[in-house]
Amino acid sequence: MLQDTTTSRMKPAIALEGISKSFPGVKALSDVSLSLYPGSVTALVGENGAGKSTLVKILTGIYQPDGGSIRVADMETTFATALSAARAGVTAIHQETVLFDELSVAENIFLGHAPRNRFGLIDWKKLNADARALLLRAGADFDPTIRLRDLGIAKKHLVAIARALSVDARVVIMDEPTAALSHKEIHELYALVERLKADGKAILFISHKFDEIFRIADRYTVFRDGTMVGEGLIADVAQDDLVRMMVGRAVGSVYPKKDVAIGAPVLTVSGYRHPTEFEDINFELRRGEILGFYGLVGAGRSEFMQSLIGITRPSAGAIRLDGEILVIRSPAEAIRSGIVYVPEERGRQGAIIGLPIFQNVTLPSLSRTSRSGFLKLANEFALAREYTSRLDLRAASLDQDVGTLSGGNQQKVVIAKWLATKPKVIILDEPTKGIDIGSKAAVHAFMSELAAEGLSVIMVSSEIPEIMGMSDRVIVMREGRIAGRLERDELTAEKLVRAAAGITEAA
Amino acid sequence: MAKLLKNRELLLVGAILVLVALIAWRFPPFVAPANLARVYNDTSILIILALGQMAVILTRCIDLSMAANLALSGMVAAMLNAAFPGLPIPVIIISAMALGAILGMINGALVWKLDIPPIVVTLGTLTIYRGLIFLLTNGKWINAHQMSDAFKSFPRADLAGIPVLSWLSVVMVAAMFLVMSRTPLGRAFFAVGGNPHAAVYTGIDVGRTRFFAYCLSGTLAGLSGYLWVSRYAVAYVDIAAGFELDIIAACVIGGISIAGGIGSVPGAVLGALFLGVIKNALPVINISPFAQMAISGMVIITAVAVNARAERRKGRVILKKAEAV
Repeated sequence: MLQDTTTSRMKPAIALEGISKSFPGVKALSDVSLSLYPGSVTALVGENGAGKSTLVKILTGIYQPDGGSIRVADMETTFATALSAARAGVTAIHQETVLFDELSVAENIFLGHAPRNRFGLIDWKKLNADARALLLRAGADFDPTIRLRDLGIAKKHLVAIARALSVDARVVIMDEPTAALSHKEIHELYALVERLKADGKAILFISHKFDEIFRIADRYTVFRDGTMVGEGLIADVAQDDLVRMMVGRAVGSVYPKKDVAIGAPVLTVSGYRHPTEFEDINFELRRGEILGFYGLVGAGRSEFMQSLIGITRPSAGAIRLDGEILVIRSPAEAIRSGIVYVPEERGRQGAIIGLPIFQNVTLPSLSRTSRSGFLKLANEFALAREYTSRLDLRAASLDQDVGTLSGGNQQKVVIAKWLATKPKVIILDEPTKGIDIGSKAAVHAFMSELAAEGLSVIMVSSEIPEIMGMSDRVIVMREGRIAGRLERDELTAEKLVRAAAGITEAA
Repeated sequence: MAKLLKNRELLLVGAILVLVALIAWRFPPFVAPANLARVYNDTSILIILALGQMAVILTRCIDLSMAANLALSGMVAAMLNAAFPGLPIPVIIISAMALGAILGMINGALVWKLDIPPIVVTLGTLTIYRGLIFLLTNGKWINAHQMSDAFKSFPRADLAGIPVLSWLSVVMVAAMFLVMSRTPLGRAFFAVGGNPHAAVYTGIDVGRTRFFAYCLSGTLAGLSGYLWVSRYAVAYVDIAAGFELDIIAACVIGGISIAGGIGSVPGAVLGALFLGVIKNALPVINISPFAQMAISGMVIITAVAVNARAERRKGRVILKKAEAV
């Protein structure tokens, strides 16, 4: 209550009103308003794709809004470039800090506005002294002349904060700052946030973790599908209310999930662990089943899947496929034994731009299409045609470069590539991330069909509707461990979010 | 893209024809069939080397040591011949190719197992291989009179009116065409260069694929070593010094993307021929060697600019999509 009176009396340090932003085919933000007050921490919460990142990019001048106004200290302004946002006192600290590893701490802090001596050269003495003073204000006392690469992530955050202080930032945006921090480092970060608050900075704190939101935030704003669906004081809200605001919508009906008789276990994973990424992973995957893997970004899902197919090695654990113990040392072995992985990043890990469609499709199946060591193009075309037509690929010719296809169609090529290997288990990592609605529906329908044909599917997804619409069973991962197992009939969005964010059942 | 590539090769054929026509206008005897055959024969070694370099560049690597490998393999071939004049030529050729392959494997293993950047590895082996020649010979030359007649005459031998050297390059082009378009290894070269991350997921071992590319370039450099030494009937430390740049230039002119994943056998051959025509024709129309170098340089930059433009267009489209996400 006390804080309410302080903030309502105060003028916002920055106020966004009626901000909208569209990208071709997607409305990222519509009519969003947000005010940040000096000496106050505002938590911004929302699912992946709710528009949080877009808002940060507008605040820092990377994107220009299509409509709406930005007011800084009651003056209407526009951030035409990242530099103009920085000049207006808005600074952002990202999950992965955007600093320069090979430069010293002091150089990082003053990059672009280093103090000069009378010859116009950099005044190193003053640079290092000023840097030290700023670090002390940020609550850090380490040598500003050491190279940034020698610091841990938490200390790099401190450098980023010192940099923010050096330009006299009024608004500090922290985008999931604790995502990569250890327990102890997180507490140091909390202390820092308190200090920035005491210094009168307005702080926007983006986080998926409810415990930290309730610990350090004063106010909250909830985004859902690009709109603002709620705001207020943290003191007046319960965790459950926030969760409801985040996910509140009807899901399920639009997903073409078929009822499939689930068969015997196909894949059994027991005791899988990795020294840094995950531990204690045990589950069973059955014939005809779609097993959803839900969790926040960085929960270790993709890392686990990559070790399952031999890209990285687990430190312990065993896999059984159809009851037989299996050791997978490379992706080639995984493919041979019938486990395939469709990676998340289509551009980086999926399609090979420059190769024609049919060659992309047949790449992991060449041993089957060739004869006595020589490729048989006719066989390749036949195989590619069979699988691309099942996926309803829209392309003029299979001889055309995959680079000329739309994102959705590229994704279909990648999926066709893996299906053509005739796998027993297919792992789809974020299968519909960033593709248009039409292609999404086709991928979902196809996934359902595969399960009906007896294939076992693991679907890694961060989208709650997709998880709820498509999975027979869901495993929720949090911080590298399994945090919950849910059957289809007991699935609710609230349960998923609670397990993923680590909220106890109490409330 | 396939269409565009074909266009790029057609473009190069056009450029070569225009070049030849220009030369014919100033110096008609240049286009006499016998002379054109001589120009091809003169370019044969460059063609063979460009084929090996192409495989390496396709996988996002580079082989700077090819000319040094050629010199070392050639020297060893000449020494074998000088020491055992009775040794049959096929045995000498196979020994040169085997030595070249081993030198290539060293490059490949360093790139694969130690993960050293290819340009550094091959810069290092370039000097090492040249140094080895000096150690082997103490800087002495092996001259024509120390070589057997069979050794010297093999590449010149006439087969259906065309020298064996030319035939060998034709056979190598055909073999490489087969490898690139009809074997899983050829496909893997493209996949590794086009998108190494994606290639890993499809079960291709990126390091091993690069290793094989270096084996291939090494083997072809070994073959070229014998051909060079026997053709010019002399072997010494500095033969083909600086020739690695001509090889890379031929690839670049031939539309092989230095960023990997894009290129073709016809492209490499045409790139080498283009350089061959320039080198053979400019002296006969009285253009100084210095102007020749400048012209070659301009051609290279033009070729890169044309290729870069074609590739950038592709990049922009992807960026737009990524933003929409």
